[in-house]
Amino acid sequence: MDGWMDGWMDGCFQKNIPNQTVKSFMTKIPSVVTDTLLCSEESAVVCSVPSTAEAMHIGSLIAAQGYFFPISDHVLSLKDDGTFYRFQAPYFWPSNCWEPENTDYAIYLCKRTMQNKTRLELADYEAENLARLQRAFARKWEFIYMQAEAQVKIDRKRDKSERKILDSQERAFWDVHRPVPGCVNTTEMDIRKCRRMKNPHRVKKSVYGLAEEGTQSQSPVQTPSHHCRKGTKEDVEKEILFLNQQLDRHCMKMSKVAESLIAYTEQYMEYDPFVTAPEPSNPWTSDDPSFWDLEASKEPSQQRVKKWGFSLEEALKDPAGQELFLKFLESEFSSENLRFWLAVQDLKRMPQQEVGQRAQDIWAEFLAEGAPSSINLDSHSYERTSQNLKDPGRYSYEDAQDHIYKLMKSDSYARFLRSNVYQDLLMARKKGKSLTGKRLTGLMQSS
Amino acid sequence: MCDQTFVAATFGPCDNCTTASPLMNIYIKNEAINYCSFCVEVMACQGLQKGESLANLKRECESLKKKLEEERGKLNDVELHQVAEKVEVVGALSIKTRRVLKGHGNKVLCMDWCKDKRRLVSSSQDGKVIVWDGFTLNKEHGMTMPTTWVMACAYAPSGCAVACGGLDNKCSVIPLSLDSNENLAAKKKTVAMHTNYISGCTFTNSDMQLLSSSGDGTCALWDVESGQLLQSFHGHTADVLSLDLAPSETGNTFVSGGCDKKANVWDMRSGQNIQSFECHESDINCVKYYPSGDAFASASDDATCRFFDLRADREVAVFQKDSIIFGASTVDFSLSGRLLFAGYNDYTMNVWDVLKGNRVSILFGHENRISRVRVSPDGTALCSASWDNTLRIWA
Repeated sequence: MDGWMDGWMDGCFQKNIPNQTVKSFMTKIPSVVTDTLLCSEESAVVCSVPSTAEAMHIGSLIAAQGYFFPISDHVLSLKDDGTFYRFQAPYFWPSNCWEPENTDYAIYLCKRTMQNKTRLELADYEAENLARLQRAFARKWEFIYMQAEAQVKIDRKRDKSERKILDSQERAFWDVHRPVPGCVNTTEMDIRKCRRMKNPHRVKKSVYGLAEEGTQSQSPVQTPSHHCRKGTKEDVEKEILFLNQQLDRHCMKMSKVAESLIAYTEQYMEYDPFVTAPEPSNPWTSDDPSFWDLEASKEPSQQRVKKWGFSLEEALKDPAGQELFLKFLESEFSSENLRFWLAVQDLKRMPQQEVGQRAQDIWAEFLAEGAPSSINLDSHSYERTSQNLKDPGRYSYEDAQDHIYKLMKSDSYARFLRSNVYQDLLMARKKGKSLTGKRLTGLMQSS
Repeated sequence: MCDQTFVAATFGPCDNCTTASPLMNIYIKNEAINYCSFCVEVMACQGLQKGESLANLKRECESLKKKLEEERGKLNDVELHQVAEKVEVVGALSIKTRRVLKGHGNKVLCMDWCKDKRRLVSSSQDGKVIVWDGFTLNKEHGMTMPTTWVMACAYAPSGCAVACGGLDNKCSVIPLSLDSNENLAAKKKTVAMHTNYISGCTFTNSDMQLLSSSGDGTCALWDVESGQLLQSFHGHTADVLSLDLAPSETGNTFVSGGCDKKANVWDMRSGQNIQSFECHESDINCVKYYPSGDAFASASDDATCRFFDLRADREVAVFQKDSIIFGASTVDFSLSGRLLFAGYNDYTMNVWDVLKGNRVSILFGHENRISRVRVSPDGTALCSASWDNTLRIWA
């Protein structure tokens, strides 16, 4: 963000934005820039900001972070109404990882009350904060008061216009770290990243250069013991092994990959509600859940039936598709393949305790000699599987399942797609009646 | 269905130690060797000369990396967006907020949809976990966890339980009771135990297994009933921030992304790291598979989202813009994979055309960072969770 800011500020000064001095409340406010100029500058300096809406949004965020601020408002945002803004001094930039203590804040609020100027009067929430801090720091208050007095003395020595600028910058700093109630606190951190910040042990440093008692607070996320070990001999050996494996990998050409991705996406775009409006309507936009009711009904739509033809995986994923495929296989007396595949899927989803027994049951049902639903495996897979069963586990049937799946895919599935049961559904043919449109029985259930 | 190129293609007794496990089929001097991954490592380490210095090994490592880059480069004959020029442009999208879920008292950190396409679970910084019917805005269950920053939550496939975890370093499973008076938090069962915060969790294809990722740099697979560790996954050299299970019914892989800027693909059966991608310039906050399972996308603090293909083993697209300067925290694909929804720390979501690589829409609405974005199971809606204490459903 810093580099960005430097570029932007440079850009502004280079373009000779009129540094207007504005008469307001009978005083002069030097070094200000109007917001519209700021925004149009944005489109010049950051040449790819496409719209004013976006520019306003980013601008608001940068303001909220504290890199620039409106000269007469506590709320840090960018508005398109001709208000004036000022750049923040780099000393106060958030990138310096300030985490100002409440003592600093107390000194600041106290200082404000001493300066006796209408424009520096405390806002309601600031007055409340000050009262709360006075109670909390009751014992330290003398020290805080003294520091505030010292700060006021230093300030008085400064040139009037310089003081105004510094005052506003200091106020903006506190607007970031002690935001107006209701505003986003942009200094809030994602706790997972706290550990690795520039200031990992969060040693507090005072904005006003006070020597603190060295309070170190531990990040609530525990520092790991040694999981960040890197570069040991073992690690490098492992990496070499990994790289060798990767070199042996057979990869696909980009042109083929691109075609495959495009083909997949194009095939499914008619099923993607963000691209093609679902029928009868998207429940979320119309508040009408009939789309879901129809999907749950026993009669699948023509569009859904079409999806079963995309791949065996799609057919099996849909319970209705799976049911139809099973029925088809039963008619061909080869349902044991699918039943075996489903049984192994179940096996992998079982609690660990039940796995051993279930694995044995599957063997008895599908693979043992004289098994009631004997499946056809090549001798190599059979051997391997029976070896695995000596120590039955969740993955004992991986090989066999893979083999059976390939068999179904190349053989039975292809025939299924050509079969009458499937084609009838796909073409919405139903016992002599020829229905047009996508719904089968849905139309008849309108009462 | 893709033919994924795993290293562990077969399962059976190892030629060396005879234990049944996923086998690596490698060839040494034209001879096929079927060892389990442990024996392969032992063999490889023994093969290295005793006096092999660390410096030599590092040199070998570097030269292999260069060779790999060269080999991969040979297959890079065209860019995805170039081939996609022939594809029709996506029509103008009219995505609006359709529901605003209010009820959390603090930043919402995570959410997950139920398979019934309308319920969802969300968790927040103040320890609250809420189950909603997104359609009616009805809060069906509310639980308070004993810890703050519940960074991960997941809905069980059956719809009968939820899992959640965070700063307590544990992931617990809570059965959802129909009795609204029952104190659900009391019935929670601790399943996963890590040595640092839980960053992500998901059930596998059943209620019986849970996959978790942690700030301790590892991922782990757990048996829910017994709490037993089934498999652990080591390889990241920093916090793992996200994981996603491959969408295939027959798949056994998942991808994880972490603070070491790497995205790793793992075999759940063996614990092996199959592929690794290191292209981001900062932490990877989120990883998500493309619907076919052949590719995945990632969101990072470097303000980009990237698209990686597993078959080409490389990054195939980068989604970035000069005007996007805040980190991307979360991504998800629309049902066809054509659109990529990404949530950023600048309070907006950008919708990208995955094939052409350009941005098609920006979604404004949230008043603070977006922590999580998820498309519903049937693709009809998108839910976003934010630090502004709300969730929004868009369609």
